[in-house]
Amino acid sequence: MNQQVQALPLTTPSLGAARGFALGVGRRLVPWLVPVGLIVVWQIASSLGWLSTRVLPAPIDVVKAAWRLTASGELWTHVKVSAARALTGLAIGGGLGLALGLLTGSVKVAETLLDSTLQMVRNIPALALIPLVILWFGIDESAKLFLIAVSVFFPIYLNTFHGIRNVDPQLIEMGRTYGLTRWQLYKEVILPGAMSSILVGLRFSLGLMWVILIVAETISAQSGIGYLTMNAREFLQTDIVLVGILLYALLGKLADLLARGLERWWLRWHPAYGAAK
Amino acid sequence: MSGGVRLDIRGLSKRYGEREVLRNTQLAIEPGQFIAIVGRSGCGKSTLLRLVAGLEAASEGGLFTDGKAVEGLHDDTRIMFQEARLLPWRRVLDNVALGLPEADRTRGKEVLAQVGLAERGGEWPARLSGGQRQRVALARALVHQPRLLLLDEPLGALDALTRIEMHRLIESLWLRHRFTALLVTHDVQEAVALADRVILIEDGRIALDENISLARPRSQGDPAFAAIEKRILDRVLQKPADTESEPANDTRWTDGPAHALRWAV
Repeated sequence: MNQQVQALPLTTPSLGAARGFALGVGRRLVPWLVPVGLIVVWQIASSLGWLSTRVLPAPIDVVKAAWRLTASGELWTHVKVSAARALTGLAIGGGLGLALGLLTGSVKVAETLLDSTLQMVRNIPALALIPLVILWFGIDESAKLFLIAVSVFFPIYLNTFHGIRNVDPQLIEMGRTYGLTRWQLYKEVILPGAMSSILVGLRFSLGLMWVILIVAETISAQSGIGYLTMNAREFLQTDIVLVGILLYALLGKLADLLARGLERWWLRWHPAYGAAK
Repeated sequence: MSGGVRLDIRGLSKRYGEREVLRNTQLAIEPGQFIAIVGRSGCGKSTLLRLVAGLEAASEGGLFTDGKAVEGLHDDTRIMFQEARLLPWRRVLDNVALGLPEADRTRGKEVLAQVGLAERGGEWPARLSGGQRQRVALARALVHQPRLLLLDEPLGALDALTRIEMHRLIESLWLRHRFTALLVTHDVQEAVALADRVILIEDGRIALDENISLARPRSQGDPAFAAIEKRILDRVLQKPADTESEPANDTRWTDGPAHALRWAV
């Protein structure tokens, strides 16, 4: 009797823990059921010949193509070219957006002079500029950089401007009464206060950056992921086309992770960004 | 540290458009005195403090510290606001040492210890309670060794126990550093607990100027304390309240953070 009473509380928690673990694993696996199932169905459909390779290659062929391109080094070359294009465009457009946003946000004269013009230009979609851009730059590298720079400029400009304008005026007043110089006030109060807004702009820009890159590379390119896919299209190599599409997705995800990492680091003081320790 | 400043206010007036907030105010404050300014909200007491701080310019008359006219912000003067106004992106110690040269950071640590938060220096302000934040703000003001400390209802948002604890802390630091202190409050009890001299401002004028000669530390249970508090409060309430003002002893002791009590008891 006595033993049973003692034994029960000893065994149930471990049983419960095992069950809990199984449930936890199950809960993690369930979301993967549908995507994995779709790929299996796709593979079966391709193997049985229901799906023409002209429409979609078998998943296994996509993996093989990716492997082939990686082994030959071709994949890496094109990824490097595309990433460099995207990042150069971002650096130019984003850098200008940041600089002008800081300027119009902090200097009243600059705002009156520039802001309404920029707000007007903002309404022109970057892609609408393509015919003009081709006339101006032809179809070489500078055209692609220009398109990317123009499109990433506005999210960063607007959010920087907005961020600076929304820094708590009480904190600025405090900084002034505590004898901060103009530069210290900027470095200690205004920039950090605007940072969360600037990072929102950066994340927007990163999303746009890939979209514009894809369009620009699809129009014309002698290298890069877009070149890889368009070239493959001419030879009906749908497996390579799919590799290119997946590469774009992967790079986009990577950029987003990077931006989130920056947020975690720069906004680590903010309770909403976790740690705060 | 060279003690407190002498503050002279001569014929000071402040107008916002048509509205006259302060009228021909005269006041002389001895070095090292603790002055409390009480009054209903909108009576002009906060404006007076902002004028002394150099945050606003007078319409007429002038302010003099040690005989020199106050123009704009002043390095001898520090202000503690109603809100702590800590930079949320700087750790506690960096907030205290804001604007200090790198070499003086050890002084930041010392002052942080004086307000009882020595071991919290590495934390983010978001993790502190309301009372702790105000103590950090007090440390930040004191680290500059001000000769005039302005307190703009800094305890208004704290709970009752934390307020009493803060009164003791402010009093002990004032006795230690001997700066001139100017406290704006609408809590008469707070004014009587801390000040050498209580000044009532009504409609932009000084309506009462009373020396409080009670021995320190003062106890609110003391009958002499209660008598002075009642007399001043009655005087404040004499004049019927205008539309939007609240009773002068509005204590706002409502929803302070419960974890602040730990330090308070």
